[in-house]
Amino acid sequence: MSEPILSLRNINKSFGAVHVLRGVDLDIYPGQVTALVGDNGAGKSTLIKCIAGIYTPESGDYHFDGKPVTVSGPRDATALGIEVVYQDLALCDNLDIVHNMFLGREKKKGVTLDESHMELLARQTLDGLSVRTVKSIRQTVSSLSGGQRQTVAIARAVLWNNKVVILDEPTAALGVSQTEQVLHLVRRLADAGIAVVLISHNLTDVFQVADNIAALYLGTMAAQVKLSEVSTNQVIELITTGKSAGVTKTEAKK
Amino acid sequence: MSIDTPTPTLKSAMGDYWSRVKSGDIGSLPAVLGLIALCAVFTTMSSFFLTPGNFANLLTQAAGVIVIAMGLIFVLLLGDIDLSAGYSAGVSGAILVILVTNHHWGWAPALAVSIVAGIVMGLVIGSLVSYLGVPSFVVTLAMFLAFQGILLLLAGEGGTIPITDKTVVAIENSNMSPLLSWAFYLGASALYILSGLRKMAMRRKAGLKSELVQLWALKTFGLLAICAGAVYSLNLERSNNVALVSLKGIPEVVVLILAILVVGTFFLGRTSFGRHLYAVGGNAEAARRSGIDVKRVRLMAFVICSTLSAIAGLIFVSRANSVSPTTGGNATLLYAVGAAVIGGTSLFGGKGKMRDAILGGLVVAVIDNGMGLLGYAAGIKYIVTGLVLLVSAGVDALSRKGSS
Ligand SMILES: Nc1ncnc2c1ncn2[C@@H]1O[C@H](COP(=O)(O)OP(=O)(O)OP(=O)(O)O)[C@@H](O)[C@H]1O
Ligand SMILES: [Mg+2]
Repeated sequence: MSEPILSLRNINKSFGAVHVLRGVDLDIYPGQVTALVGDNGAGKSTLIKCIAGIYTPESGDYHFDGKPVTVSGPRDATALGIEVVYQDLALCDNLDIVHNMFLGREKKKGVTLDESHMELLARQTLDGLSVRTVKSIRQTVSSLSGGQRQTVAIARAVLWNNKVVILDEPTAALGVSQTEQVLHLVRRLADAGIAVVLISHNLTDVFQVADNIAALYLGTMAAQVKLSEVSTNQVIELITTGKSAGVTKTEAKK
Repeated sequence: MSIDTPTPTLKSAMGDYWSRVKSGDIGSLPAVLGLIALCAVFTTMSSFFLTPGNFANLLTQAAGVIVIAMGLIFVLLLGDIDLSAGYSAGVSGAILVILVTNHHWGWAPALAVSIVAGIVMGLVIGSLVSYLGVPSFVVTLAMFLAFQGILLLLAGEGGTIPITDKTVVAIENSNMSPLLSWAFYLGASALYILSGLRKMAMRRKAGLKSELVQLWALKTFGLLAICAGAVYSLNLERSNNVALVSLKGIPEVVVLILAILVVGTFFLGRTSFGRHLYAVGGNAEAARRSGIDVKRVRLMAFVICSTLSAIAGLIFVSRANSVSPTTGGNATLLYAVGAAVIGGTSLFGGKGKMRDAILGGLVVAVIDNGMGLLGYAAGIKYIVTGLVLLVSAGVDALSRKGSS
């Protein structure tokens, strides 16, 4: 494996008396899809919020590109090139695809919006991701299907040359063919050199696209392993019991 | 270019429009159809309705409400409301009149102070809504009463303060000469056509698909033809006693309204502030996560709304030649909200255009004017206008349901 772009060591996070993350280690590699799995309440969303600067862990080390960094707010994470696509997507239904992709970061010519430039860039990004399912780039997001909306949200994350893109359950609400499309998109992101983190409860999806897999169990990292080295049953064991014969915790650090 | 379908034809463009209409994105269509239907009905029922005199009267009658509605659209786009917009117009109007009449100020500094008063009222409302988090309905309901009180104190109980300043009175009572009216029409049309052509040329230069030229021409020249008809009719003599006074040309207030329309449309459609208004109205959480300062956007919307109300105050005192404790009161605010909603602006936020205020304002004014001509009592007029507002809000709610 190449050097991780982002690595967390011994992360601890509590909400009051509830110790949600207990000494979590995680490595994320460029050009790879890292699947983050774990049962409901295992701490997946909390962990990515720590990465994104929404929560600040009580202790632990955060390394980006080999250097120690402090991320104390969403702006710090954005500045590093980390973008999170949350489960509720956060798109404006009343605006079109181009407007949504550039929301809050509009390109301007003097005081006026440079619509042509934004449309060209948006189109290039979608073309680069081989997105062919939307009819017009100027249609409002309200007229898109769930998969297309997910596509727009992911494309927005890609547009800004991010190094790390984190997707929280991107296929949770999608049908078979749309899930397929989004998974292809996830794969293409990684193939373009981006470090992708995919949170999913669906192990079929995970085994289809991921390169390595990190399993959280009750706030501890049960294991982070290469996908090729584990079977579905072993992953299920990791998720439900926190351990599995033949998988050791240290494998994450090799 | 893998995303877009092949170059559109007139037929496919029509088909696209129709499917948008069917999916609930109807925009100003009901207002336009309603306006045509109402005019047809009143023309057949009253021989006076379609006379040049009444047409000009209709425009000056609608002007104040239209300007308040244009301000309200900024607030409605966020899904908020400003119930005090009528009385903030009254307060600003009173300040203008008192400075000019009682303190012998010139109209310009007095107008400047009255507009600053509008800005201050907007800052107060906006700060309470945005930074304190009180719902706009409650804040502006409180301000509705407070501004009414201020107006009462300023105008004096039962009192009416007159204003005779020529410039102020001219806004609602003077017209451009017929020659100047045509020159204005030609100049404005030329600019309108040029800006449309420029937009298409720029898109083509960037290698982007632009609107179908035939469709653009149809819309542009259709609109300009209607406006030409309006200018022609406004240029006809409408005085009852030509020997005494001649009345013809475009009322000055129309120019003021068109200026606000152009500036407002530019802000909403071409600047990032406008884009952020739509974004906050569409999904405030998404806007916040995109780094938009939602609180500041909301504050600005209320400031713009109250500022335009101050300009409406100028129109009201110009029309009445005075200010009284009911200036901007009675049904003014409800007519203005009605105008915006009837024109196609959504009460749920995120959808609306400046022109909605004009179309809807004309619908409201036509109902008021036409039913007045037919001799209906004010009570009946209120009931009908109320029902029209209810129908528009119903259409708004249904189209929202249809699209989600
Ligand atoms: N803001 C908070 N305050 C208190 N407790 C919290 C908070 N956020 C999360 N928790 C707790 O932390 C634990 C982990 O939650 P988290 O949302 O990270 O789980 P998850 O792995 O994302 O689960 P799911 O698969 O259901 O999304 C849960 O027990 C939850 O109740
Ligand atoms: Mg979660």
